[in-house]
Amino acid sequence: MTMTNNNTPTGTPLITVPAARHLTTAGAATALIGTFLAWTWTAEFPGDLTVTGYPGGLQVLTLVGAALTLLLALSGYGIKGLRWLTPGGANSPVRLAAIGVLGTTGFTIGAISVELGGIVNLEPGAWVSLAGAIIAVAASLGLPTDQPLDDTIKHNPLDRFLNTLRAPAPERAKDLPNWAEILIIAAAFGVALHVFTYGIDTEYAELFIGYIISVAFGFTALNRAGLISRITRLTTKHRNVTLAAALVAAFCFPFTQQNEQYALIGANILIFATVALGLNVVVGLAGLLDLGYVAFLGVGAYAAALVSGSPLSPVGVQFPFWAAVLTGAAASLVFGVVIGAPTLRLRGDYLAIVTLGFGEIFRLTVNALNGVSGPDLTNGSQGIPSIPDLNLFGFDFGISHDIAGFTLGRSANYYLLMLVFTAVVVLVFRRSGESRIGRAWVAIREDETAATAMGINAFRLKLLAFALGATLAGLAGTVQAHVSYTVTPEQYQFAGSVPPNSAFLLAAVILGGMGTLSGPLVGAALLYLIPAKLQFMQDYQLFLFGIALILLMRFRPEGLVADRRKQLEFHETGQLDVPAEDAPLTQTTAGTTKAGA
Amino acid sequence: MTTQTTTPTTTTVLDASGVTMRFGGLTAVRGVDLTVNSGEIVGLIGPNGAGKTTFFNCLTGLYIPTEGKVSYKGTVLPPKPHLVTKAGIARTFQNIRLFANMTVLENVLVGRHTRTKEGLWSALLRLPGFHKAEDASRERAMELLEFIGLQDKADHLARNLPYGDQRKLEIARALASDPGLLLLDEPTAGMNPQETRVTEELIFAIRDQGIAVLVIEHDMRFIFNLCDRVACLVQGEKLVEGTPGEVQADERVVAAYLGTPFEGAPGADEVAEVEAAEAHAGTTAPAETAPTRTAPTKATGTPADTTAPDTTSTDEEGTR
Repeated sequence: MTMTNNNTPTGTPLITVPAARHLTTAGAATALIGTFLAWTWTAEFPGDLTVTGYPGGLQVLTLVGAALTLLLALSGYGIKGLRWLTPGGANSPVRLAAIGVLGTTGFTIGAISVELGGIVNLEPGAWVSLAGAIIAVAASLGLPTDQPLDDTIKHNPLDRFLNTLRAPAPERAKDLPNWAEILIIAAAFGVALHVFTYGIDTEYAELFIGYIISVAFGFTALNRAGLISRITRLTTKHRNVTLAAALVAAFCFPFTQQNEQYALIGANILIFATVALGLNVVVGLAGLLDLGYVAFLGVGAYAAALVSGSPLSPVGVQFPFWAAVLTGAAASLVFGVVIGAPTLRLRGDYLAIVTLGFGEIFRLTVNALNGVSGPDLTNGSQGIPSIPDLNLFGFDFGISHDIAGFTLGRSANYYLLMLVFTAVVVLVFRRSGESRIGRAWVAIREDETAATAMGINAFRLKLLAFALGATLAGLAGTVQAHVSYTVTPEQYQFAGSVPPNSAFLLAAVILGGMGTLSGPLVGAALLYLIPAKLQFMQDYQLFLFGIALILLMRFRPEGLVADRRKQLEFHETGQLDVPAEDAPLTQTTAGTTKAGA
Repeated sequence: MTTQTTTPTTTTVLDASGVTMRFGGLTAVRGVDLTVNSGEIVGLIGPNGAGKTTFFNCLTGLYIPTEGKVSYKGTVLPPKPHLVTKAGIARTFQNIRLFANMTVLENVLVGRHTRTKEGLWSALLRLPGFHKAEDASRERAMELLEFIGLQDKADHLARNLPYGDQRKLEIARALASDPGLLLLDEPTAGMNPQETRVTEELIFAIRDQGIAVLVIEHDMRFIFNLCDRVACLVQGEKLVEGTPGEVQADERVVAAYLGTPFEGAPGADEVAEVEAAEAHAGTTAPAETAPTRTAPTKATGTPADTTAPDTTSTDEEGTR
């Protein structure tokens, strides 16, 4: 493969650069045309790939991927009007996009062959697309590298191949008028919302896997093309606009969902993400490794359930929702302080072990308070079922509402309610992080002894972070109780198959990027969506989850969304780091932007 | 800054009396008295392991002294580091302890912690005072960065600064808490002569702002140039205190650093004996004038175990 790379010092190129460019373009175009033909003869394979002239299901993914490859390849010709697509590298994005198309197409062909029993079930259209994709990948390897390889050291072929996929960061774009920049941000969020909604709406596992392949390669290609860093620069410049855009995009989400089930996924993702962001205050900012964080979600949920007016609640009262929210938050706060006060004198691993223990103590205690082995407060393992739906200002959350021609079902109602809570948590995270208190937290995380020598009362501030994190989780818990109808102790364990549990929360924070705003949101969305969509892997879920974490820690320890600080922390550059003057270090709300949704 | 009202050399800023620190059976610091007056630079010297840093940690509340008390401007200091800083004593560390992954400016801002009041509610609700206090902190932090000459590197990560700048930043961070007394723990360790001179100027400039300075250092030239008074700590006890000249002349100090000649110190007889032995070996005539370290390797013809210790002791006598 790498022999065609014309930057290799040894060997002559098999293909000239213009020829490679032509061939890549032609291959991408072929793959694109192929998607309009039938790929299989029967509609038994989900998505109905039999119709000529109308791509469906996985064909659409190939189509989009091929179109992207085509655009990037055309941009490589230096055509006016397309140059802006590739401010970073012009060639590595083409290669990545082409590989993505090949991956999606190859996966589809494989899935058809396996499910229908043999490659005879394929129609010519599939072969056309596959051939196009293979040509595009092969030819794109003949394009020059964007990042010259250091010739002084000997490289093995794999290094050389990986180098062809890298590209330098783009230089700074010239400043556009403000309205144009804001428009670009809005458009980016529009695209992000669309991509995200498409992922949630995938109806079968094959489509979801194809979607993941396409998105992964497509996103990386755009990143190498330099578009992502350009957008990131814009979002850091207009941070309030970005937050507003994310909020609007998230707000629009339920209006795109007519399916109750998918709206519920959205609501659950939001709950999960909010709790993860709360945990990020504790872990990401103050550096306290809390392995029992889900207990605070449980305290909030139980508190809300007890005062919800459920017929089976041992406490026979019904608070209005605002009072229930305050109850839940206050209960979590008290619980947080009670647990934190003795444990926060410990550091590092000891703290992790003790919080892990307290998380389990919560679950066992709730189990025991069943009237038999203890006072009846929680109904024990049965939990508190049939929590009534909320009714705020005459708006019944339990039934569907028609608003401006859109139907909002029960889950969509709760999604919108949860969005308010998420917005509050985002605000709390951002504002506390960028203050005297936030700096003190980071200082404690960096070096506790030096921090106390600077006059910081470490214990008090750690307790504050712990209590704030607990309160935020409690807030989310009050909504969660209503969304899930029932609260049981088994929802709040250390590790389980349904996401809001301590292990997954911590994973969402680490996977997404510690200390960032959008990181845990992205991490939570991925960690919820992938198990929810790939039901067939349920048995291996924790196993795969472990592998994914190990791989991530090996190849991208700073998380998917990393601020500049983390990037420097994990990758020694060995040179002085000179920041661009308009990129403050605090938060790079990267343009991955599932952020709001 | 803080001591404009006080007249120099009259007020006692720091008064430590009878400070003793024991770790189990080991007494690291034994009954040390030390006072620092305002406008003074006091040096604390002593060989490695003399208990200088332990004494520092007792002053700053990192350790609670087993006996004795430390008072700052007349009030006894509480044994908590953050309260000591709040009272007005700031310090730097022997091995640099910056917040490596924060920017230079953020490091100094953290130093402002005790002198600002904005709590969580103020930060969350962005009350009117919040921006004002934040801007004031930034302004003060930038002033300090200009004072140490790092204003152009405010956005760099602390870990990416060159070594000398990291030392300076640590001082700026300590100054950010508006202290009346600054404790410097080996501020020039690992610096070249030029950097040391710059640090010297910096400490004088700090003193001129009315801040008393207590400095631990091994670089004798630095300490004798800098300090108004020097105290020498040996094996946990204060050996001598006085002007640099007095301390420099004190035989016990020299002995503490270089060791006392043992009972049967090599007298003229022994030296003559060794010389005779060397001359006898024939090849080692230059060994005496050569630096001590090369002697054993040069004197290959003579039994190395007899020549090596003797030459070192002669060398030591020579230094006297």
